[in-house]
Amino acid sequence: MAQQFYVSPEQMMKDRADFARKGIARGRSVVVVSFAAGIALVAENPSPTLHKIGEIYDRIAFAAVGKYNEFESLRQAGVRYADVRGYSYDRADVTARGLASVYAQSLGTVFTAEQKPFEVELAVAEVGATQAEDHIFRLTFDGSITDEPGFLGMGGQADLVQQRLADAWRPGAELQAALAWAVDALRAPREANGSGQEAVDPLGPASLEVAVLERDVREVRGIHRAFRRLAASDVERILHSVGKG
Amino acid sequence: MDSHHRGGIPSLDAAGASSSFLDFVTATNPALLPFGRSLPAGQLPATPHGTTIVALTFAGGVLMAGDRRATMGTMIANRHIEKVFPADRYSVLGIAGTAGIAIDIVRLFQVELEHYEKIEGTQLSLEGKANRLGAMIRANLPMALQGLSVVPLFAGVETGGSEGRLYSYDVTGGRYAELEHHSVGSGSVFARGALKKLWRPDLDQDSAVAVAVEALVDASDDDSATGGPDLVRKLWPVVYVVTDDDGATRVPPETLAPVVQAIVDRRTAEGREA
Repeated sequence: MAQQFYVSPEQMMKDRADFARKGIARGRSVVVVSFAAGIALVAENPSPTLHKIGEIYDRIAFAAVGKYNEFESLRQAGVRYADVRGYSYDRADVTARGLASVYAQSLGTVFTAEQKPFEVELAVAEVGATQAEDHIFRLTFDGSITDEPGFLGMGGQADLVQQRLADAWRPGAELQAALAWAVDALRAPREANGSGQEAVDPLGPASLEVAVLERDVREVRGIHRAFRRLAASDVERILHSVGKG
Repeated sequence: MDSHHRGGIPSLDAAGASSSFLDFVTATNPALLPFGRSLPAGQLPATPHGTTIVALTFAGGVLMAGDRRATMGTMIANRHIEKVFPADRYSVLGIAGTAGIAIDIVRLFQVELEHYEKIEGTQLSLEGKANRLGAMIRANLPMALQGLSVVPLFAGVETGGSEGRLYSYDVTGGRYAELEHHSVGSGSVFARGALKKLWRPDLDQDSAVAVAVEALVDASDDDSATGGPDLVRKLWPVVYVVTDDDGATRVPPETLAPVVQAIVDRRTAEGREA
């Protein structure tokens, strides 16, 4: 019989965490930014169909980094959770906090009980009536949950992205400013690594996935679903208007 | 996220599940569904019933209208009830039959369409939506045999197309594409007679609204379970218009009031008795 080696629980958890962290750091970053008229979710994503950002419910959106198959199954489970809850109680009873807490439980269970932890990091954003009532939750691979104040960067070299956002972010900004901050933050890792040649890659609208949760969607468009994807042409127009202004 | 508490791995659960909310709830929590119960033998007390819905196509889209009355035997159970609903951005449905179950089927259908759209990232085809509604009505067949039947009318435009389409159903879930116009509910015979005379090809949107309202007025004239426009309480029919540009929009009461007034004035002036 093969010899079983003793591995301390501390070591085992550390190994799992290192494994998950490495997987997440390999990918590209996603940024969530609260602004005056809603919440913007911006991902560096060259694929127009394999989304990293998704709609969960009326005022709740989802963003993720890491392994696509893992976060896609979590996104679908989130949509099911929200739809069942909204159907059995009321649409107003589906909250980002409730969703984030079941995500935290799932991630925590998988982290300790399954063969391998999920190599994902999630953001759950809920747009409120005012910017002070916006919620952005960050969920990490081990089930930790944090309530982020106004902005969040994750995936890839997340520290650089988060730092760039922390320097720029102010409450009460317009969509143009919020998108400009987001794109600037997503560029931060390239600039840090860039040796001159890499600065040529400008991170254009075609390689961005952008969606917004609109704060006043009911008054403006008369519908209950606040989530809206922005086409690359819209993103280009908005970013271009910043350059002029 | 019940599946996780049962020890399932989300990825496996997701792979095994379809994009249908109805299928998911049927598998995990069937008690939430409006139908699917086997009722014990016994006499069911009177329950509110919804009545007449009319729908018609016009140049650029489709329109659906319903009266505001629910009856319970010979009693008026509700005079404000709304029986026409937006199903999603490009389709509407109206319901006749047992109001309690019908309204829950509408809610279920709305979630079904939105759920598919969120999971798949794209809308169902109009034909696909019509089939899902048929599946729900078929699932209600055991209840229909107990007297709790629901008969919907479904209308919409295919995304990117401007031609409105109508679908009617029977209690077995049978789905039938209708041309030009259709109506369901107790006053539907009278409404359909009116529509046959009033409907013309290439109606514009405003005339289509007037035609639908007049058909409901005719239905309420001869069917006691259909409510006419209430000039005292300012209650007008619920009218939804679906076009490719604007999606499903409700015609506001300010628009309906003069339409109703015009019909009433004309009929008063003509002094018609029958």
